[in-house]
Amino acid sequence: MKQVINFTLNNEKRSVEVETGDILLNVLRDKIGIKSPKCGCDRGDCGACTILINGKSVRSCLVLAVEADDQDIITLEGLKGKEIERLKKKFLKFNSFQCGFCSPGVIISAVELLKKNPRPDAEEVKEALAGNLCRCTGYTSIIRAITDPS
Amino acid sequence: MEKLKFVGKPETRIDELDKISGAATFIDDINFGPDLLFAAVVESPHAHALIKKIDVSRALKLPGVVKVVTGKDLPYKFGLYMKDRYILAQERVRFVGEQVAAVIARDPKTAMKAVKLVDVQYKPLKPIFSPVEALEKKAILIHPDLGGYPHVPWFFPKGDTNIAHWRKIRKGDTNKGFAEADLVFEDTYRVPRYSHCALEVHGAVGLYDLSGRITVWAASQSPYTQRNLFAEALAPLGITHKDVRVITPYVGGGFGGKAGVTMEILAPALATLVKGSPVKVLWSREQEFYNTYQRLGLHNRIKLGVKKDGTITALDNELIWDAGAYVEYGANVVNATGLSSTGPYRIHHVKIDSICMYTNLPPGGPYRGFGYSEMLFGLESHINRVAAKLGIDPVLFRKKNAIKAGDKLVYGAEMNPNGLIEAIDRVAKEIRWGKKERSKDPDKVIGKGMALCWKAPAMPPNASSCAYLKFNEDASINIMISAMEIGQGLLTVIAQIAGEILSVSPSKIRVETPDTDRNPYEWQTVASHITWGCGNAVKMAAEDARRQIFELIERTHHLKKEDLYLEEEQVKCRTKPDFKLPLKDFIISGIMAKDGTFKGGPVLGRGMFMPEFASTVSDPETSQGGHPHVHYTVGAAGVILEIDKESGKMRILKVAEALDAGKAINPDLVRAQISGGILQGAATALYEDMRFDNKGKLLNPNFTDYKIPTFMETPEEIVPIIIEVAQPDGPFGARGIGEHPMIPIAPMIANAIEDGLGIRIRSMPLTAEKVALAVAGNKEGCRMKQGSVSFILL
Repeated sequence: MKQVINFTLNNEKRSVEVETGDILLNVLRDKIGIKSPKCGCDRGDCGACTILINGKSVRSCLVLAVEADDQDIITLEGLKGKEIERLKKKFLKFNSFQCGFCSPGVIISAVELLKKNPRPDAEEVKEALAGNLCRCTGYTSIIRAITDPS
Repeated sequence: MEKLKFVGKPETRIDELDKISGAATFIDDINFGPDLLFAAVVESPHAHALIKKIDVSRALKLPGVVKVVTGKDLPYKFGLYMKDRYILAQERVRFVGEQVAAVIARDPKTAMKAVKLVDVQYKPLKPIFSPVEALEKKAILIHPDLGGYPHVPWFFPKGDTNIAHWRKIRKGDTNKGFAEADLVFEDTYRVPRYSHCALEVHGAVGLYDLSGRITVWAASQSPYTQRNLFAEALAPLGITHKDVRVITPYVGGGFGGKAGVTMEILAPALATLVKGSPVKVLWSREQEFYNTYQRLGLHNRIKLGVKKDGTITALDNELIWDAGAYVEYGANVVNATGLSSTGPYRIHHVKIDSICMYTNLPPGGPYRGFGYSEMLFGLESHINRVAAKLGIDPVLFRKKNAIKAGDKLVYGAEMNPNGLIEAIDRVAKEIRWGKKERSKDPDKVIGKGMALCWKAPAMPPNASSCAYLKFNEDASINIMISAMEIGQGLLTVIAQIAGEILSVSPSKIRVETPDTDRNPYEWQTVASHITWGCGNAVKMAAEDARRQIFELIERTHHLKKEDLYLEEEQVKCRTKPDFKLPLKDFIISGIMAKDGTFKGGPVLGRGMFMPEFASTVSDPETSQGGHPHVHYTVGAAGVILEIDKESGKMRILKVAEALDAGKAINPDLVRAQISGGILQGAATALYEDMRFDNKGKLLNPNFTDYKIPTFMETPEEIVPIIIEVAQPDGPFGARGIGEHPMIPIAPMIANAIEDGLGIRIRSMPLTAEKVALAVAGNKEGCRMKQGSVSFILL
C-alpha cells in the first residue's frame, strides 16, 4: 500500500510517497538521494546506516519508512555547526578513517555521544560506538580523535 | 640528497575530507537513472551436483522480469591464473551458493521474487570438504577436465586428480639435514577458512551501449585486470580491449576480496544480453560471505631438525590447502606461500610441498597476507616448541636462524637488505621479554609470545605500473594512475612521492580513483606492492616532468640544467642564488621569448615501472632458479596476554609490532596499517571462524554469527614500530607493509597461551573455549575438541 510521509530531513521539510514495507535506509538513498548512510549488512549489525531520528542514533536499515512520518531526521549531510567542524578537524588530524565506508555512521554515533558527554574517555567512546563496525582502522585512530582534548 | 620535505612526514590523507564529509562515492552511491536494471542469481543448494534441467518459464511470466539467463546463454570461461570458472554454472555445480542462472528485472524485489520461480533439477554427487580427502587416489573428481584448463606456466595441475597445483621445492638434502640434527620434531597444524568482511559488499554495474562498447563500474581493487578478464571472457562476442572500460570509484575495504574478478563478471556478461540498459548486481552480506573469495584453509605438517646449539638443519614442510571449488586466483596463494615456507630463516636442507586442492567449498582466493598468515601459524608455533625442547629461549633461537641480507633464499636468489634483527630486538624490549609477569587476579595468568613474519609481493614477474602527471595553471597537479585507494592511503602516498620530486605540497595534488579509458595501466592493487611499484612509476613521472622543466629553462634562460633544482614551487639555480622562477608562471603557458613567441607549454610527465629482474622460470621438481619473489618485507610482533584460567577468556594488554617499511613515505599511514592489521589478525586468532554444515552450507554468513571486532575488542595498548632499512629499488627506499601487520598475530598469541598456561593449541582459532577445555585436563591441546565437533574444521 502506498502512503505519503512527511518529515524533516536535515532541517528541511520533505514529503515522499512510500510503500508500507519500504525500509527507511532505502528510501533515503534511492528516493531522496541522501547517500551518506550505507548498507553494510541489512540487519542492524554493522552501523554503517546510522542516522539521527529526533537526536537519537538508529540503524536506518531496521526502520520502516512509515515510522519516520512526523520525525526529525539528521544524516551526515545535515550536520552543521562549530562542534561538528571541530570534530572533523580532529578526524583529519589523526587520519582517522581508511576506506571511509563506515565513517558516516561512526560520525553520527560520535556526535550523539559528544552531545551527552563532551569529554568522553576512551572507555566511554568504545561503549558508545560498539555498534559501529570498522574493518580497517582497528578503531584506535577514531578513539584518539574523539578523545583528543585540543 | 637534499632534506626530504614531504616524504617521511605524517601528511593528512588527501581523501580524508571526502570520507568525513560524505562526499566519497562508492559503487552503490552512483545514480544510473530510471533505465537501470537489476540482476539476482539462482544459487546452487548443493555442494556438488550435475545440473539436469533448468525451467525458467514461470520466472519469465512474472511482470517486470526482462530476461532469465542460464549457463547456455553465457558459456564463457574466465580466471586470473587458470581459466577454471564459468560466468554461470555449466552442467555441474561445485559449491553451495554457486550462481546457476540470473534474472534481470526492472527492480530488485522482482528479480529476487523471480529467482525463486526458476526450477533447477540436480543430480547430487558426493562432495569433498577436506583437502586431505580430495588428495586420496579414489576421490571423486571435482574438475574432470582439469588437464585441459589454460593456466600460467608456473602452475603444475595434475589432470585426473583434484590437485590444481603442486609447488615442489627441493634444496640441499633433507635426509642429510635430519641426520645431522640432534632433535627432529614433527607435528600438524590446522587453519580454517576466514572471510574478509570489508564493510562494503561487492557490486558492479555493466552497460553494453547501443554502439557495442562495455562500461563496468565496479567495487574493485583491480580495474585493469578486470578489463583484461572481461575482454578475454567476452571475446567470442567480438568484444576487444578497447571496447571495455572499467571505472572504479572508492572501495569500501578490500583486504584482497575485491582483487581479481569474482561476481563482477556478471555485470558485463549480463549487460551484453540487454543492450542499451545498465544492469546492476549487488551482493547481499550473505552472498558476500559465500560467493566471493574466502581465505584458504590449511592442513600443515611440519618436520624440523635442529642441533643442540639451536641451528636449524632441515625442514620438511607439507602444506595441503583447501582452495575450494575454483582456484583461478587461490592457486597462486599456494604457489607464492609455498616458495616462502621456510619462514624468515636460513635453512640449508629443505623439502616443501605446497599442494592446491579443489574442494566443494566456496572459491578460496586472495586475503590480506596471501597464505603467509596460515603458513606461519604452524611454523612460528613449531619454532617455539622446538626451542623449548632444546631449552633455548625462543627469541634467541629465532635470532640465531634469522635470514640476513645476501643469504640464499630457498629458490636460489639472494635475500634483500632487511631489519629483521632490529625488529625482533625492539619488540622484545617493548614487551619486556624474559621478565615473567603476574596478574593481580589469582584466576588469571599472563603469558608473553612473539612471532616473526615475512612476506613477498605475490605477482606475475611482469606486473607493471604506470603513471601520468599533469600540471595545472597554478602549479597544482593531477596524477593519473590505476592503483586503487582501498583505505590504505595510496592516494596520499602517491601525492607525497610526486610532491617531493616537484616541490609541490601534497595538499595541492589531486589523485583520483581510476577509469581505464583515462588512466594508464596498473596490474592490480594487491600484494603490498603498490607503494613500491606504482610509487616507482609516479616518481619516474615526476622526474620526467622535472626534466622537461629544467630543459626548458636551460633553453630559455641559458642556465645549465644540472645546476637547476626545485624548491617551494620555484625553479632555482645553484650557481645563481638570486634566480627564482615560479612554476605557475610557465607550467601551462610556456615562457615568452623577446620576440613574443612562446617556448615550452603544458608539462606532462610519464612513468612506467616493470621489475625486469623477476622471473618464474625454474625447475618444476625443485623450484631452483628464477627470481619469483621481488623482495621480502619482514617484521616481528610480541604480546602481553592476560588469560582467565577458568573461562579461557583472553585480553591483549599490550601488543608491539615492528615492520621494516624500507622508508615510511607516510609514517602515520604505516602505523594505521599496523593498528588495523593487528586487530584483524587478533580476530582470526581468537574468534573468527567460518562454519559449514556437513553438506557444505556456510552456517554463519552474517555479522551476528561471524563476529568481527568492535570498538570493545581493541587491545589495551598497541605499539607500532617502523624499521627503515632501505629497499634499494623502492621509491625513496620504500617497500610495502599493507598485509604484513596481521601475519604474525595468530602464532604470537598461540605462543603467549603456551607461555602462560603450558598448553599448545594447534588449530585456529584459539578460542576461549579451546583454552578452557585444554586447561580442564587435556594437556595435549585441542585434540579432544577436534574429535567432538560437528562442523567441518578445515
